[in-house]
Amino acid sequence: MEPFKTFSAVAAPLDMLNVDTDQVIPARFLSRPLDERYGTYLFHDLRFDADGNEKPEFVMNREGFRAAQVLVADRNFGCGSSRENAVTALAAAGFKAVIAPSFGDIFYSNSLKNGFLPIRLPDETCRRLREMLHEGPGGEVTVDLESQTVTAPDQSTWSFEIDPFQKNKVLQGLDDIDFTMQFLGEIETFEQGYDARMTWVTTRPG
Amino acid sequence: MPATMFDKIWDAHAILEREGNTLLHVAFHLCHDGSAGGFAKLKERGIEVRRPDRMAGTPDHYVPTTSRRIEDLATEDMRRIFRVFGENFTANGITHFPVEDARQGIIHVVGPEQGFTQPGLVIVCGDSHTSTHGAVGAIAFGIGSSEVAHVMATQALWQKRPKTMRITINGERPFGVTGKDAVLAIIAHIGAVGGTGYAVEYAGSLIRAFSMEERLTVCNMSIEAGARCGMIAPDEKTFDYLKGRPFAPAGAEWDKALAHWQGLPSDPGAAFDREEALDGAALAPMVTWGTSPENAVAVTDRVPDPADEADEERRAALEGAIDYMGLAAGQAITDIEVDRVFIGSCTNSRIEDLRAAAKVVEGRRIRVGHAFVSPGSGLIKKQAEEEGLDRVFTEAGFEWRESACSMCVGMNGDIARPGERTASTSNRNFRGRQGPGVRTHLVSPAMAAAAAVSGRFADVREFG
Repeated sequence: MEPFKTFSAVAAPLDMLNVDTDQVIPARFLSRPLDERYGTYLFHDLRFDADGNEKPEFVMNREGFRAAQVLVADRNFGCGSSRENAVTALAAAGFKAVIAPSFGDIFYSNSLKNGFLPIRLPDETCRRLREMLHEGPGGEVTVDLESQTVTAPDQSTWSFEIDPFQKNKVLQGLDDIDFTMQFLGEIETFEQGYDARMTWVTTRPG
Repeated sequence: MPATMFDKIWDAHAILEREGNTLLHVAFHLCHDGSAGGFAKLKERGIEVRRPDRMAGTPDHYVPTTSRRIEDLATEDMRRIFRVFGENFTANGITHFPVEDARQGIIHVVGPEQGFTQPGLVIVCGDSHTSTHGAVGAIAFGIGSSEVAHVMATQALWQKRPKTMRITINGERPFGVTGKDAVLAIIAHIGAVGGTGYAVEYAGSLIRAFSMEERLTVCNMSIEAGARCGMIAPDEKTFDYLKGRPFAPAGAEWDKALAHWQGLPSDPGAAFDREEALDGAALAPMVTWGTSPENAVAVTDRVPDPADEADEERRAALEGAIDYMGLAAGQAITDIEVDRVFIGSCTNSRIEDLRAAAKVVEGRRIRVGHAFVSPGSGLIKKQAEEEGLDRVFTEAGFEWRESACSMCVGMNGDIARPGERTASTSNRNFRGRQGPGVRTHLVSPAMAAAAAVSGRFADVREFG
């Protein structure tokens, strides 16, 4: 995983509550290989009509937002299915972070595993930011994970919370499996005790 | 100090802590055809599967319901996923039930049916409806493919301890009300984001009165309220359900396990971070009208009027949902006509679900364009056929199909046409979930059957 670096980029507002991962990437694309088309599956049915033409009202199709790398969403972004393809599709389309008041739990943790930053900011802040972006399409925000801040196009700066353990892993680009492998001794010791106590736990036929 | 069931199970699986995060041992890892990505990630790095003795799997997402032949799958990508699924499991010596095995089915149906799903365990699976398994008194939650690979490699996961919430439903079961209606009422009550960050324990006399099948349905939809997991204390019903299952402990091991399981329920006086309560006696058969599972109302109710909503964002969301669903504000639920009916999915495809639907269907004809049943597993299908349920359905005009996730998610090609309206026993009414432009209404199996024979939503309590 690449270490996460501070960046400034165009942000796009997405004014929808409960954007589920079926909206982020419809199920029919989940068996497709990860190739140069992958980014086009992102928000596919919101973005394109049945004939594959762009829906002009969708934010990603509007002038000023086409180069967006940050999404500013509403409550419960990424709820629903556990498909990690939602994060893959966002990243494939060039996004590096999503800002929202709340996230689906599994989407949130999938994001961090991929060095993609889910940022929780209060409802009112997200609303202000979306309004600001609507008023000035092409407005850039700065995302600084080190200092845990988001800077808006009008230079307002807001702090966000992130678990320090997760923050460190994303900042360093640590691989989760490698990281855990350093505790292999503890895992083995634990398993010996667990297996001795819970002797009936196995998926093998008895 | 009195402990919650969640605390007891969590603590028994905590390997170590780092900066407030727990490395949690995984007792069982359930897999399906979508788990292929995890195996691929391990292969890339040359890592072995750490505990094949703690994994089990069956394909469900891409499985066709009209055939048992892999060659009949729609695309080469799907066929490849299937081949890789079988190869991965065989190569690692993992217990699995391929398509041609009678025990194949939806992993969240097969887990409890085979006895993999046991009280007191941490159970994970690369699917959000893993919360189902909490119904026996386990911590069970869905994970993404990176975490699937991590569990395959280490049999452990880094987790932040969630807060706990108890949702209590007391009261006598009203006539015609099922576990599905209860969980839809819960989601409508706390909202689609209401459970986010929480491990939920369902309690109260109505929950205890629910069968194991209904408890599995309730816990299954915990994720639709955003909860990390849902769980119900094990009791005699749980133990009776598990006893004699192929992978449940037997003999002296059963006694040992039982003693452990009996100590799992939350201690009297255990503190939860949040308490919610619903009046069981006030529940009614439910129907969702919108595009989030929280958009659920009683069948006797109406589509809400956005004009009544003060919050601007919520009003816009209501308007958007009503527009997508092709409904009118204030329309009576029983005035909504239905095109297709789907009875199946990890939420409602167990034998009891099929019996409840068949009871309504018996002696009637469908008045919708298309209706079909996909039993939750090959074994359930067989049992239903032994009970003659398949004939009840087919004589009414339903198709009787094979077991898969099917039209809950449409990944195997079982989808409806744009603009069509479905009554579905599944768990998600998201836009496009059952095909682009399809309008999904979530209901219980009996309510789906009532819709099928009425051509519109109907109150199942009016069926003899």
